[in-house]
Amino acid sequence: MNNDVAIIGIGLHPFGRTDGLSGQQQGAHAVREALKDAGVAWSQVGVAYGGSQDAGNADALGNLLGLTGVPFVNVANGCATGGSALASVIAAIQSGMAEIGVAVGFDKHPRGAFNPRPRDWGLEDWYGETGMMLTTQFFALKTRRYMFEHGITDDALVRVAQRAFRNGALTPHAWRRRELGYAEIAESMPVNLPLRKYMFCNPAEGGAALVLCSARHARKYTDRPIIVKAAVMRTRHHGSFEVFSPGLAAEQAPAPTVTASRAAFELAGVGPRDIGVIQLQDTDSGSELIHIAENGFCEHGEQAHLLRSGATEIGGRLPINTDGGCLANGEPVGASGLRQVIEVCAQLRGQAGQRQVPGRPRLGYTHVYGAPGVSAVCILQAG
Amino acid sequence: MEPNPLPRLACPGVVAGSADRPVLVGSRCTCCGEIYFPAAQGCTRCCASEMTAHELGAEGRLWSWTIQGFQPKAPYAGGEAEHAFQPYGVGYVEMPSGVKVESRLTVADPERLEIGMPMRLTLIAYRQVAGEAPVHTYAFAPAA
Repeated sequence: MNNDVAIIGIGLHPFGRTDGLSGQQQGAHAVREALKDAGVAWSQVGVAYGGSQDAGNADALGNLLGLTGVPFVNVANGCATGGSALASVIAAIQSGMAEIGVAVGFDKHPRGAFNPRPRDWGLEDWYGETGMMLTTQFFALKTRRYMFEHGITDDALVRVAQRAFRNGALTPHAWRRRELGYAEIAESMPVNLPLRKYMFCNPAEGGAALVLCSARHARKYTDRPIIVKAAVMRTRHHGSFEVFSPGLAAEQAPAPTVTASRAAFELAGVGPRDIGVIQLQDTDSGSELIHIAENGFCEHGEQAHLLRSGATEIGGRLPINTDGGCLANGEPVGASGLRQVIEVCAQLRGQAGQRQVPGRPRLGYTHVYGAPGVSAVCILQAG
Repeated sequence: MEPNPLPRLACPGVVAGSADRPVLVGSRCTCCGEIYFPAAQGCTRCCASEMTAHELGAEGRLWSWTIQGFQPKAPYAGGEAEHAFQPYGVGYVEMPSGVKVESRLTVADPERLEIGMPMRLTLIAYRQVAGEAPVHTYAFAPAA
């Protein structure tokens, strides 16, 4: 555990819709919860990284938490904001810059699908004007192609969503807590075929924060530290099939998820078979389906069988998105990646209540993916 | 007979030819030969920065597809009232070079779309608002 970093506090502002509270207030709430969990004061925090997509700068949280002079860095990395903040805090602690650090993500999105501006992404206006710059379209196009190449049917898409809402119903802080029947999902409104209404998560609101310190000092603060064995962020390579791509290269390359995942497993010195609880980016059923294989948890095409056999359920061999994932919690972009980490921490601490994975898992895994082709992966170990 | 000139386009830089025979224009890296759609400023494969215009043609095969089932928010500029919105097809079409072009499709019926089917380039008026000239964009139609 020489230079390892540990998570000593976790805090969440429940995801969903909270009228009357700004995104920053929800972020500050999450930080306070995490500090309380760690038993440390904001004034003890020596470095902070955080961000949101639509709710302003993270360092504005200082106005709510206290102006202590802490170096607070704003992170703007889309869906990987939380993962990037976490990786940055870890590097800062490892460098000796600070003993205690905070990673925070929060957001508050308008209702309805995201509507990005092409120029922010280096694209021309016509791409948006002609109705092609939609994340939902990309997920559908990638899913359709993937299902074609690997012989997967719509049944798998329904089963991913069904499990998400089943797990959400067991999660007190989840946004969507109603189980949905197979037919209700399979016959819901076509949004971007093959993906339907209940196969998509919704943009939402919420906050998530972590308090970290060097693993050497972790037991001063908690008897249940969670060691971060790897926190890796990668961007896309030439030829990978990414969101917001008006064209794709002739020769395909692996997604950034694949490279981030491989690097994380190598860094942690473990493999997919060692992992006891898994969080995968499930902005939609198709994405989770693809991510199961891209992260190395099965071969491409094997997902249909895994889903049908129950292997990805809480009691199965590969428990995936035990808190209902993005599908049941919604997606406040800045906070989403840290919610995953918090859920895995809760599972590794044995604090997950009705949704607790049996047999006290020792290793957990989190994965986010987002525009314009970034992925962040964490491997966590009960300390 | 003179060919019909191109109509008003949202994306004038990516379409050449005539209204009857449009072709897509991308770019090609002068260093490694990689082909891009739309035209790229630099090569993301070999990191070179010298590119030349490159015609991708007008025919390809459907590589993936979806139906846009809800009216997108701005910057979508279809201009129709919400109640008048009609779902439209979107897909990637694999061109002879292997490059896949994301495109509106003229067909929005899942029964008529299949990966691998031959597709041909056309132009559609995606924005038709009373009192102004229709705005066109490129689209692919089933070739058969």
